[in-house]
Amino acid sequence: MSESTLRIVWIYPDLLSTYGDRGNLLILGRRAALRGIPVETYEVRSDQAMPTTADIYLIGGGEDGPQALAAQRLIADGGLHRAVHQGAAVLAVCAGYQLFGSSFFAKGAKCAGLDLLDLSSDRGETRAVGEVRGDIDPRLGLPPLTGFENHGGRTHLGPGVAPLARVTAGIGNDGQTEGAWHGKILGTYAHGPALARNPAIADLLLRWAIGADSLTPLDDTWADRLRGERLAAAGAA
Amino acid sequence: MPLRAKVATSVSRTAAALSRAAGRGDGSVIGGWIGLKIDPDLLKNLAAGRAIALVSGTNGKTTTTRFTAAALGVLGPVATNSFGANMPTGHTSALAKAGATPFAVLEVDEHYLARVIDETTPRVVALLNLSRDQLDRAKEVAMMAQMWRTALAAHPDVHVVANADDPMVVWAAVNTAHVVWFSAGQRWHDDSFVCPECGSPIERADGDWRCTGCPLRRPQAQWTVEDDGVIDPRGDWHLVKLQLPGHVNLGNAATALAVAAEFGVRPIEAVPRLAGVASVAGRYAQVERDGRNIRLLLAKNPASWLEAFDMAEVAPTLLSINARDPDGFDTSWLYDVDFSPLRGRQVLITGDRAYDLAVRLEVNDVAFRHVHTFDEAVRASPPGRLEVIANYTAFQDIRAELDRVN
Repeated sequence: MSESTLRIVWIYPDLLSTYGDRGNLLILGRRAALRGIPVETYEVRSDQAMPTTADIYLIGGGEDGPQALAAQRLIADGGLHRAVHQGAAVLAVCAGYQLFGSSFFAKGAKCAGLDLLDLSSDRGETRAVGEVRGDIDPRLGLPPLTGFENHGGRTHLGPGVAPLARVTAGIGNDGQTEGAWHGKILGTYAHGPALARNPAIADLLLRWAIGADSLTPLDDTWADRLRGERLAAAGAA
Repeated sequence: MPLRAKVATSVSRTAAALSRAAGRGDGSVIGGWIGLKIDPDLLKNLAAGRAIALVSGTNGKTTTTRFTAAALGVLGPVATNSFGANMPTGHTSALAKAGATPFAVLEVDEHYLARVIDETTPRVVALLNLSRDQLDRAKEVAMMAQMWRTALAAHPDVHVVANADDPMVVWAAVNTAHVVWFSAGQRWHDDSFVCPECGSPIERADGDWRCTGCPLRRPQAQWTVEDDGVIDPRGDWHLVKLQLPGHVNLGNAATALAVAAEFGVRPIEAVPRLAGVASVAGRYAQVERDGRNIRLLLAKNPASWLEAFDMAEVAPTLLSINARDPDGFDTSWLYDVDFSPLRGRQVLITGDRAYDLAVRLEVNDVAFRHVHTFDEAVRASPPGRLEVIANYTAFQDIRAELDRVN
């Protein structure tokens, strides 16, 4: 593995891969490869040690039991904490997003999270299911967020994180904000998967990982059509 | 039958017939719905006196039900919900419509299995498989397995015919008193990496599997598939010639033979009847149009997409995806399916959610063309075979274009 190779880790696909989460890995890998950036991807199962030196870490959605188990194993392993403190970029989705906070609820019990984002999650009165849309923090310079959300949790942000987006349709964290952003860590409730519907977020992660201000544009004709359709559908619903 | 049930049955039949006459579907839901309004015990009353087999699972249940009904036909008239209306309204409607039959084979939505066992007191329950389906709505796979396990524990007299290759099914059925195991293979493993009993990883090798943390392991199967035939519990191999394509349908046939054997039907009697099944509610149907031989394949969830790619010939292929209520609204599952087997084929895409499919196919480096209508797809393909693979409502749309082909 050479120093210039971009290393992407998908965390615990055996536990957290309920909502097409492989898609985020595939899209990142493809968008790097199309720019001539050599990529290696690693699917790290929950019975394996977490590598500490990869550039981008992805974690996906799952049900309560696997979510709680994943949090326990990641805390015990410690590798993800070291990677984040060394400046790795992260995209955490849904259950994976919740477990990046200080605590979350699974199977009726409060569980300790990784404490890598200043947020905590509890149960909402209703399940949030449907199209979600939001205006992303202008400092990130990205077009609107689109995704499909399906979660029973509500997430409360502390002062140490910024919302990823202001909700314009759907629920997100609490009906007002969606997701969280701190340093090179992004958290979101959006499936779709998120990077298929938001290629600009994929490129942001790539830019963070390789330290580039910009990347060669790609032909996103189909992704743009998909975005146009879904952004409109979220408004109509 | 109590008078109330007789009235309910009659009204139910009439409503179904009216619904069909009005062109509002095949009437298999509305009739049962009205009947159950009049007599809440109607399903129980209609089931009484019949020897019943229930067929449940995420995939293959419509086809397996059809095969099983064909096999039991050896013994006498069989009532069945052959339109795939697989909830209690559909069961009620099917039994009402069939009149008094000694046998019934009912396809049951996996969420309703416990209730339908309670109401119909079946002789045999066939459990096919459990995998992810309709992400925004379905219960998680492990929870479904738990529901099945609880339901079977409450009915110790039921004979269970269960898939030895699916750890979730085995866990659901392993404690039942009367169980016959079949092996139909399992292509999809993503929902059973982890043991439902103890949470440890499940180890797989050469079709065998075992839990690494507890005694749960693959039981010895009495019915297995080998080459183009099925081996019965005595070790006899039976050639099974089917009109339906693919290895998965051979597995469905093996399951049907195992269920029929519980009723005393020997494979040698049942096999010829399986060969008579040409299509199932439009699935696998072949239609000639403008020199194209169009074949319809239904693929509802990741596991069934893998099976469809296995069945489809290397030929021009139309993919159609919707995300309406019966399909589930979340299309993320497209990324659980590897579309690379389609590389090099002429691929056309359509449906409400064609753009999701377009982005997905790009990731797999599969070239495609977007068409807006089914007719456009037919015109865009050369004469010869056109494989059509579609999810639930997209499939029904295309079936309607082809005059509701069965």
